[in-house]
Amino acid sequence: MENAAVIEAGPQGGAPTPGVDPVAATKDSSLARRLWRNWAVRIGGVVLVVLILVALAAPWLHTVDPTLFDAGSRDLLPGAMGEITDLDGQTFAHKFLFGSDSFGRDIYSRVIYGTRVSLIVGLAVAALSLLFGVLLGLAAGTLRRLDGPLMRLMDGLMAIPGILIAIALVALWRANLWTVVLAITIPEIPRVTRLVRSLVLSIREEPYVEAAISLGTSTFVIMFRHILPNTVAPLIVQGTYICASAMLTEAILSFLGLGLPADIPTWGNIMAEGRVQFNQYPHNVFFPGIFLALTVLSVNMLGDGLRDILDPKMSRRV
Amino acid sequence: MISFLVKRILSTLPVMLIVAVLVFLMLRLTPGDPAAIIAGDAASPENIAKIRESFGLDRPLVVQFGIWFGNLLTGNLGESYYFKKTVVELIAQRIEPTVALAGLTILIAVAVAVPLGVLAAWRMGGWLDRALMGFSVLGFSVPVFVFAYIIIYIVSLKLDLLPVQGYSRIGEEGFWQFLRHLILPSITLSVIYIALIARVTRAAVSEVLTEDYIRTARAKGLPEYKVLWRHAFANAAVPIVTVIGIGIALLIGGVVVTESVYGIPGLGRLTVDAVLARDFPTIQGVILLFSFVYVLINLLVDLSYVLFDPRIRY
Repeated sequence: MENAAVIEAGPQGGAPTPGVDPVAATKDSSLARRLWRNWAVRIGGVVLVVLILVALAAPWLHTVDPTLFDAGSRDLLPGAMGEITDLDGQTFAHKFLFGSDSFGRDIYSRVIYGTRVSLIVGLAVAALSLLFGVLLGLAAGTLRRLDGPLMRLMDGLMAIPGILIAIALVALWRANLWTVVLAITIPEIPRVTRLVRSLVLSIREEPYVEAAISLGTSTFVIMFRHILPNTVAPLIVQGTYICASAMLTEAILSFLGLGLPADIPTWGNIMAEGRVQFNQYPHNVFFPGIFLALTVLSVNMLGDGLRDILDPKMSRRV
Repeated sequence: MISFLVKRILSTLPVMLIVAVLVFLMLRLTPGDPAAIIAGDAASPENIAKIRESFGLDRPLVVQFGIWFGNLLTGNLGESYYFKKTVVELIAQRIEPTVALAGLTILIAVAVAVPLGVLAAWRMGGWLDRALMGFSVLGFSVPVFVFAYIIIYIVSLKLDLLPVQGYSRIGEEGFWQFLRHLILPSITLSVIYIALIARVTRAAVSEVLTEDYIRTARAKGLPEYKVLWRHAFANAAVPIVTVIGIGIALLIGGVVVTESVYGIPGLGRLTVDAVLARDFPTIQGVILLFSFVYVLINLLVDLSYVLFDPRIRY
């Protein structure tokens, strides 16, 4: 696994350009302009913002409650008119924009609500794995005694294919939103830990850190005031990639029937439900599939663009 | 050389041990009676009592691990109470389709990705390069199963060229039937792998292309294909082989999904079935096996550096 470490940490592990303080650069207003000029950031960012708005505005955008169904409106094609029964037993006419599933539920409304789950999982997993990874990476990079054991543990964790860890944990804990988030987070932690550790190790050699040490600054202050701010740019880039892959993993778990309970509208669940009769009604799989692919694509593009701007050393390689 | 070999092989042992500890702890740190979890939902009280006895579940955690790990070393991965077989038997039964699928996928991926990556690096910024980079971002973004359904829809349902799903063992209906059932799954699975390998190939080759010896090779009038193949690609081989090894983790994740979509009775499908049945001995066995294979392949990749780069001597 040693080589895996070199390859993964290598491009990002380089020392930050001496003399350039990324924190100062962040405050520079020209950074925003540089970001906006990058077309990948622009497209990815705009699509992502739209999706966040869709998730927030789901209660206004949906055409009908995504859990309502009507036995008479099963398997309608996109755009078809049908009926739907509400909880009081009232039946009313309804236009199924994306068609209906085999229970007679409105796929459009389910897809709109599915946006919420995907975004929550993606953002929560990214935030949590960065949090744990930063803490563990700082610990490994600064506390010599912890370094060996901690990194061996991370090696072991990385030797197990991530999706298998997630699948096993979800199976053990029974799936709900937070166990799913945690199960996807755990296999992501070692990668962040390694990244942070390698950054810490190289930043530690910088003159300004040596100066701080010789002035008698406490380890704690050095860690959080002098080292941590310099890891921000690569971590933001890493975070977007984790967000994208977490959304894919969540969808895979749901699709395999291992994720959130089937009645919760997630893109993976809608596709899992639709796959049974994919031959006759491919739209059940395609609509959520398109949304999922677009979302992940926009986050990945955002990541690529941010990497080009924030972390040019890495972008030159891959 | 021999001492390096021994050292490198020994260095995988701690990793494997940690994997074993993690897989062991995964179950123990979950609230609930471990015996009942191991036995699964389908077990009788006698089964549970028998498990508690044989795994020493009323003894300290370290002793439990000793018993479990001892069994592991003798090739005893436990017994599936759901499938009513030993885990080793189950794996033996399901391994052929997975090996066939993964093998064909790697073959396709390398055969497609490496030449594309080299060509993209050769004409960086050209239409092929931009198309390839676009494809690779797409490859990382479109979920395996969505891609699977797109090609099933086109190739199987609209054009009726290949079977929608299923698997035919090699000896059963002849080699062609065997291959026919594997083509779509392998193409599906190879997409993300191609994206990964092509990206790294492009990056590695483009870096080599700036070297002085490339200019020398061109200056002495070597035809361009020889420059690319003999000088550029040969010198970029190490990172390419490395990424093929690392990508195995992606491949294993993809196998679980692909086998489920195409109804292939392999290890990936077994994993999902085991999880749905909450059959933990099987889940543990499959995770251990996949991790072992992953570590082993990366060990081989490490050792193969000698073949690709004569400067590396151990």
